[in-house]
Amino acid sequence: MAIETIAPPAEDQAPPRTLSDRMRLLGTGDGVITLVLVAFVLVASLAVEGFATARNTGFLLLDVVVIVLIALPLTMVIITGEIDLSVASTVGLTGAVMGQLWIAGLPLELIVPLCLLLGAVLGAVNGLLVTRLGLPSLAVTIGTLALYRGLAFVVLGDQAVADFPRAWTSWAISTIGDTGIPVAVVPLAVLVLVFGVVLHATPIGRSLYAIGNSEDAARFSGIDVARTKFWLFVVTGVIAALGGIYWTLRYGSARADNATGLELQVVAAILLGGVSIFGGRGGMVGVLAGALLLGAVRNALRLASVPADVLNIVTGVLLIAAVVAPQVTAWVRRRAAARSRSA
Amino acid sequence: MTSFLTSRRPLRGGMTGVAVAALVLATAACGGTTRGDEETTGGGGGAAAEANPDAEIPADLAVAFLPKQVNNPYFDTAAEGAEAAVSEFDGELTVTGPSEASASSQVSYINTLTQQGADVILTSANDPNAICGALDQARSAGASVVTFDSDTDPECRDLFINQATAEGIAQTQIDLIAEQIGGEGQVAFLSATANATNQNAWIEMMESYAAEEYPGIEIVATVYGDDEDQKSFQETQGLLATYPDLDGIISPTTVGIAAAARYLSSSEYKGEVALTGLGTPNQMREYVEDGTVQAFALWNPEELGYLASYAGAALAAGQITGQEGETFEAGELGEYTVEEGGVVVLGEPTVFTAENIGEFDF
Repeated sequence: MAIETIAPPAEDQAPPRTLSDRMRLLGTGDGVITLVLVAFVLVASLAVEGFATARNTGFLLLDVVVIVLIALPLTMVIITGEIDLSVASTVGLTGAVMGQLWIAGLPLELIVPLCLLLGAVLGAVNGLLVTRLGLPSLAVTIGTLALYRGLAFVVLGDQAVADFPRAWTSWAISTIGDTGIPVAVVPLAVLVLVFGVVLHATPIGRSLYAIGNSEDAARFSGIDVARTKFWLFVVTGVIAALGGIYWTLRYGSARADNATGLELQVVAAILLGGVSIFGGRGGMVGVLAGALLLGAVRNALRLASVPADVLNIVTGVLLIAAVVAPQVTAWVRRRAAARSRSA
Repeated sequence: MTSFLTSRRPLRGGMTGVAVAALVLATAACGGTTRGDEETTGGGGGAAAEANPDAEIPADLAVAFLPKQVNNPYFDTAAEGAEAAVSEFDGELTVTGPSEASASSQVSYINTLTQQGADVILTSANDPNAICGALDQARSAGASVVTFDSDTDPECRDLFINQATAEGIAQTQIDLIAEQIGGEGQVAFLSATANATNQNAWIEMMESYAAEEYPGIEIVATVYGDDEDQKSFQETQGLLATYPDLDGIISPTTVGIAAAARYLSSSEYKGEVALTGLGTPNQMREYVEDGTVQAFALWNPEELGYLASYAGAALAAGQITGQEGETFEAGELGEYTVEEGGVVVLGEPTVFTAENIGEFDF
C-alpha cells in the first residue's frame, strides 16, 4: 500500500537500556497509550462502583480475549502496510463449520485442527489474491469479508448449534481461582509473548517494518516481500479461526452471524494502540494497551449505566483522537524544531 | 530495533505451531468430545426454595430491562409497560442493552447487570444459548431471570413470558379473515422468509385450523416477502395478478402486512380484497383509517413488559419459584398461573380495529 511513511521507526523501537531511554519510550505511541490505560483504570476504580473487583476484571478480560488474539497477527499485517478486514467473517465461517462438523458427529479433537486448517486456507486465499494478483488488500478483504460471511450462512443457515460439551464451554469462561482472571488468558499470554518477540526481536519482525516503510527498499535489501505477506495472511487466517473456535465455545453457540462487525473493533484497538494505518509503525505493547483501554472504557461506561449509543460515540471519538494525536504531536515537534533552529 | 537477539534463528512457521499447541494443551484435559457423549445435566435453576404466595414484594427492587436491542419501537413499548409495573411496586427500573441485535452482544450487558447487583433481569434473547453462561452467573449472584418475547434454553432462566401461543396466533388470524370474507373464498399467505421457523409453524396451524373450521376457505398460495418492504410489495402485486378471484391475504409478519396494505390501498383491489395478519398499530393506522384493512392482530408489547415485571417481582419476593401450578398477581392484568416449563402466557393476541387503534402507540 503506502510507500511513503510518517516517520522512521528505528529510534522508537529500540529496547530501552538507560533511564533516559526508558523515559523516551514513554513518549512514543506505546508509552502514551499505556499511561492512558493505567490512568483510566485508576480513575475508573475510584469513580465507577463495581469496576475494581475480581469478578468485573474477569468480565472485562473475557470481552477482549478474541480482540487481543486477532489483533496479534493483524498488527503485523497493518505494519506491512496491508490490512485484513475478513477476520470477523473467518471467525463466523469457522464457527459455522465447527457447528456443522459437530452435528455430523466428529470429535472436537478432530474438529479443532480441521477448523485451524480452514483458517489457513481462508488466509491463503487472501494472501494469494494480494501477492499473486497484486490486488490491494483493502479491496480483496472487503470482498472476502462478504464472501466468507456468505459461505458461513451457506454452511449453517440460520441454525444455531449449541450442544457442545459442558467441559469445553465452561472452560472457555472459567476463571483462575478467585482472581477473576479467565483461564483462556494463559494461552493468550503465551501467544502475545510469541508474537511480541517475533515482531520486536527477530529478523522477521524487522522485515515487516521494512516492508511497511518502503517495499522497494525492503525488496532491494533481500526481503521476499510477497512471500512474507502471503504467510502473514495465512497466520492471520489461522489465528482468526482459533478466535472462531474460542468464540463458539465461549458463547456456547455456533452461528453463521458470530462476531459480525468484530473486525472494526480489532482495527480500532490496533490503531488506538499507536499502529499507523499506513504501515511501518507501532508495537505489540501499544496494541495490548489499546485493546484493554477500549475494553475498560466500554466496561466502565456500561457499569455507569451510560446508554449504548453514547458508548459508540465515545469509542468513535477515542479512535479519531488516537489517529489524530500522532499527527498533532508531529506537527508540534516540527514547530518546536523550527523554532529552536531559528532561535 | 538494534537488537540483542539478531543472532537468533527466525521463528519461521513457529507462530502457527504454538497456536495449535496452546489450544490442544489447554483442552487436552476435557472429556466428552463427541456429539451425544454427554447427557445434558439437568436443571441449573435452583428451585430448592419454597414458594410463599403471601410474601410482600421487597421495596426498592432493582429491575433491569434488557431488550434484544435498544432504540427499537417494539421494545420501547414493552419498556413502557415495565416502567408502569415497576413504579406500581415502588421498584427501580433500568433499561439497558446493545445497539445491535447480535447473538453475543447481550452478554456484556448481562455481566454488567450482575456486577451492579440487579435483583430482576427481564430479557428477550437474541440467541437462546449464547447468553446462558452469563445468565447462570447472574442467577448465582442472586438475580431472578425472566425472559419475554424470545426465550432462552429453559435451564437458563426462571420464567418465560410467552406473548401468545402459536395456536392462539393462528386461530385469531383465520377467524379474522373468515369474518372479513364471509367464511368462504380464496386466501393466500404472504410470509417472511421460507425458513422462518415461527412463520412456518403458524402457517401450518392456520391451514389445518381453516380446513377444520371453515371448509369454504381455499388456501391458494404461500409467497415470501423475506421481511423486505419492496419484495413484500411486489409479491402482493404478483398474488393479485396470478389469482384474480383472490378474496383475502393473511400476512403473519409486520413488514409483510404493511407492504401489502400499501399496495392494496393504492390499487383497484382496495376494499375488495381483505387483508389481515400481524402488524403494529403505528404501521397500519392509515390503512385502517382509509378502509383498506378492517382488523389485524398482535400481542400487546406494553402488557408483555408489564407482566414480565410482575413475574420478576413475584420471583424476587419468593411468591413463586417458577414451578408449574404456582400463581401470582400481575397488577391490573390479574392473576396468572405458571405453566409447564416455567412458561406464563400473556393471553390471546389483541385485535386492532378502527374502534380501538387510537388507544395504541407502538
